[in-house]
Amino acid sequence: MRTLLIQKAGMSLFILACTLLAAMLFINKYEISRSQLETVLSPQDYSKVSNFISPIINHEYTSSISFNADLEKVLDSANQNIQSTFSISNADLEHSIASFPNENITFNNEILASNFANDSIYNYKKDKLRTYTSWMNGKTYENKKVLKEELQGTTKSINGSLNSHLGFDNYKLNTLKLSITRAANSTPIKDSPLLWLGLTIGLGIFAAMLYILPKLSQLPGIKNDGVFQSAHTSRGWIGYSIGVMLILFYVLLYWYPEYMTNWMIMVDPVSQVLNGGPASQWFFYGLLYTIAIIVMGIRMFIKYRHSQYHIIRTSSVMFFQTSFAFLIPEILILLNQPSMDLKNIWPLNYTFFFDYNIQNLINSGGLGLFMLVWGIILVLVAVPVITYFYGKRWYCSWVCGCGGLAETLGDPYRQLSDKSLKSWKIERWMVHAVLAFAIMMTTGTLYTYFTGSGSLLGLDTYYIRSVYGFLIGSVFAGVVGVGFYPVMGSRVWCRFGCPLAAYLGIIQRFKSKFRITTNGGQCISCGNCSTYCEMGIDVRWYAQREQNIVRASCVGCGVCASVCPRGVLKLENDDPDNRFEKPIRISNSKIEVLN
Amino acid sequence: MKHVVIIGNGISGITAARHIRKASNFKITVISAESEHFWSRTALMYIYMGHMKYEHTKPYEDWFWKKNKIELMHDYVSSINFKEKKLRLAKGENISYDSLVLATGSKPNKFNWPGQDAKGVCTMVSLQDLENIQKYTTNISKAVVVGGGLIGVEMAEMLHSKSIKTTFLVREEKFWRNTLPYQEADLVGRHISKHQIDLRLSTELKEIVTDDREQVKAVITSSGETIECEFVGITTGVHPNIELVKDSALSTNKGILVNQFLQTNIPDVYAIGDCAEQIEPIANRPSIEQVWYTGKIMGETVAQTICRSPKAYQPGPWYNSAKFFDIEYQTYGHVPHIAQPHENRFYWEHPSGNKAMHFCFHHKTNAFLGVNTFGIRLRHNLLDSWLRKPTSIQQVIENLKAANFDPEFFASYEKEITEQFNQQYPELKVKPHKRKRIAGIF
Ligand SMILES: Cc1cc2nc3c(=O)[nH]c(=O)nc-3n(C[C@H](O)[C@H](O)[C@H](O)COP(=O)(O)OP(=O)(O)OC[C@H]3O[C@@H](n4cnc5c(N)ncnc54)[C@H](O)[C@@H]3O)c2cc1C
Ligand code: SF4
Ligand code: SF4
Repeated sequence: MRTLLIQKAGMSLFILACTLLAAMLFINKYEISRSQLETVLSPQDYSKVSNFISPIINHEYTSSISFNADLEKVLDSANQNIQSTFSISNADLEHSIASFPNENITFNNEILASNFANDSIYNYKKDKLRTYTSWMNGKTYENKKVLKEELQGTTKSINGSLNSHLGFDNYKLNTLKLSITRAANSTPIKDSPLLWLGLTIGLGIFAAMLYILPKLSQLPGIKNDGVFQSAHTSRGWIGYSIGVMLILFYVLLYWYPEYMTNWMIMVDPVSQVLNGGPASQWFFYGLLYTIAIIVMGIRMFIKYRHSQYHIIRTSSVMFFQTSFAFLIPEILILLNQPSMDLKNIWPLNYTFFFDYNIQNLINSGGLGLFMLVWGIILVLVAVPVITYFYGKRWYCSWVCGCGGLAETLGDPYRQLSDKSLKSWKIERWMVHAVLAFAIMMTTGTLYTYFTGSGSLLGLDTYYIRSVYGFLIGSVFAGVVGVGFYPVMGSRVWCRFGCPLAAYLGIIQRFKSKFRITTNGGQCISCGNCSTYCEMGIDVRWYAQREQNIVRASCVGCGVCASVCPRGVLKLENDDPDNRFEKPIRISNSKIEVLN
Repeated sequence: MKHVVIIGNGISGITAARHIRKASNFKITVISAESEHFWSRTALMYIYMGHMKYEHTKPYEDWFWKKNKIELMHDYVSSINFKEKKLRLAKGENISYDSLVLATGSKPNKFNWPGQDAKGVCTMVSLQDLENIQKYTTNISKAVVVGGGLIGVEMAEMLHSKSIKTTFLVREEKFWRNTLPYQEADLVGRHISKHQIDLRLSTELKEIVTDDREQVKAVITSSGETIECEFVGITTGVHPNIELVKDSALSTNKGILVNQFLQTNIPDVYAIGDCAEQIEPIANRPSIEQVWYTGKIMGETVAQTICRSPKAYQPGPWYNSAKFFDIEYQTYGHVPHIAQPHENRFYWEHPSGNKAMHFCFHHKTNAFLGVNTFGIRLRHNLLDSWLRKPTSIQQVIENLKAANFDPEFFASYEKEITEQFNQQYPELKVKPHKRKRIAGIF
């Protein structure tokens, strides 16, 4: 492990750039005026909060935490106001059934609340009561007490949904917090975003290049020197620190984006050029993600410059990330078209069959419809057919964004995957359970879309959807998937969590031309292949038995074949029927081997 | 129940144990002194260079042995009583056996150089050696490796990976010239030099100079030159480890003498792997074979003999492989380092000097006899079948594409090779290769 002076400089600058980027989160200055607020909010939203905003108006905050605390109070007060004005009280309820007879009541919702005052508030209450009870028409009740008991449940749901109908539900609260914080942001970053962009991400790219490019001075070939002697790549303190930082980053991104408005503002100019609007947290993330794949992709080009296979597949993931995942969706926004990552396939793209997405695609004309059909063809035709010919690698290590990050940014950590038989068992259970979960969740969603009923077999489809989004979409794919790179290797998500990988894997395992061929008896059981398999496949187990490797999880990265010092492994597509065949006997005494 | 005891948990002993387990329900005990579990000696260099840790080199997880009822004993066998069929272990225990398999491996050669036992002089075979190498190469800047063979070049690469300036003493006029033909020996030598290894050909070690703390200071070479260094790696070959049985009723020469069934002169005692010496070696093969593959095949064979009926050791066509820094090497069949009278040769080398193929075929029948390949992988199964049944060199050259085992998208050289072959042997005319580019692969 020779590090040249220039590499050391690169590393120092890179750490500086990262520190600056993190430090930006602590540059805080927030102040918002009434008129600013009026432009950020829609007229309805503004009218809801306008009575409560005075505490934050023109007040200068130097901490994002206190600003957000106060902002939360404002929004809460608005909600409480709505609650106290519109919720149906016990007295209201009593009043609403006054017109019914005392006993032997036959329910008719026309009679319900007919005695309410004729003002907007009571009209709302009356309207809600009647819609929520239309199903009770014709039912009979012994007396008013029984009727009232029945109606108490109804009132509870009406009051419970007030926030989402008239006030702000959780989703809306989060959006408002973010957009108001963003508008209130008056840090120096706002004045010179490009300067900050240059000092952090720009400097980071430059520094990374200083570190990476000098590796060209080594002769081409596999150079894993020191991998297990470095605190970075062998679960040392550096690895763990990077893991913690990645996890914190994802927590911020998914659940507290209002604290990273500085980062969004910094990339506003880029966003303006690409999609004509300001940057969201997702734009910032997408940009960073793409840069990570490109920079670390260049590292891959250098590290594997003796292998055309790696150069081509790395170019492929760089291309798909930059164009399909990043630029095209942004440009579609600019063109006022529905925006979609055209290579993101259900069930990895788990929101594809969500009602709002389907509705949005159907409503946006030709292109939207094309996208809908395209997405369905990908799932039903492209995945099985292409996987039959080339194995799941065509997607996992050539096209996919998650795979793209794992193969570039994750490459230094690939050796940390667990190879034990036990982990293989856990993997099979988990990944197929997630696939089953995804199918169930989507079935429920589609059921709701077509029937309008929010519950399937007694389960609330919206609730399942949100659990899936939280647990699988955010915690697993993001926080664990990337945050655990330096601890469990680069493919934690792909191996244990990705439902699409599970689907592709089933096809690869049972009906595909792809396999890794073992070159006769040449294996010396050294273990390089297993060690560097990011999917935790014990490649050596097969190779030393002169068996081909046919495994559902293999993403065809080809690294096992590259690190093998004896040229034992070759990824190939061939006759699907001879994959499991024992190779021709090399010694005269080849015998069936025990498990 | 019959009790089979195996001494040595290397590839030979372990392969025997696994195959005996497969074919029988005998009680199996493997006794070995070096490590508790089977590990891959061939990966020693990768542990040193940090590509792997020791545990990665274990081909089986630790639960495997118990599950397959193979008992492991981490102990040294200090003596064997063949009459009573008993072993004595260093820790004091006595073990009796019904069948005994000796798989004790090799020991490194040292040729009584002055200073050869000094601190900082290391051989490279065992885990103990690895520890010593690690210890004596920490924070040093200059080293000398003695012995231009496969282990020597591995050691040079190891030292190079730690930025230690390395001088490599090779007795022959080219690297590994006692095995490789001149062209390949030269190619590898050039490649080694490219890695800033100071390759000294036709140079032998005469003396190791030590300081007053018995620590290596320098070496003196056969040309009288003194080369300063803080570490000396001795990689001048290995010899069978027969210490345990040297003065016993077991007949030995350099190794433990075995017949084609791997039986020794004492009934129920077998020897396999590096420590065995064939009384009647198979044609074209040495009597002592010190490679991984042959150890494995011997282990498989002896298991059949012990569990079923005597089975002869028939390893099939010779093959081997190695890696010299960044250049992979494979060999199939025989390409002797000096051309034999009955042979014709065809050597092709890529202008980069990183790839080459050397074919050997019969000068009259044109039958394919063997190939050395550098930087291009070949498909073992196909080569094996070509070597088993008479195959002409024309057939081989014509089907080189099918025999290629390089990863997808790699450049292919069949066209160049065929053209050059046709120039050199116009009378053997091989159909020219059409170059199929990337499209042919995907
Ligand atoms: C650094 C290195 C790299 C190599 N690379 C390659 C390669 O790339 N390809 C290849 O084909 N070959 C290679 N070889 C050679 C190959 O490793 C050997 O041929 C093979 O390991 C021999 O296996 P074995 O089972 O016969 O003996 P060993 O692996 O040597 O095992 C013998 C074991 O028996 C134990 N033992 C001996 N005596 C006793 C006793 N009295 N009591 C208890 N235990 C005892 C020893 O401690 C040892 O652990 C390499 C060798 C080395 C050293
Ligand atoms: S088996 Fe090989 S090709 Fe497949 S994922 Fe593992 S390292 Fe990659
Ligand atoms: S890297 Fe190659 S030689 Fe080593 S165990 Fe794997 S297949 Fe065998």
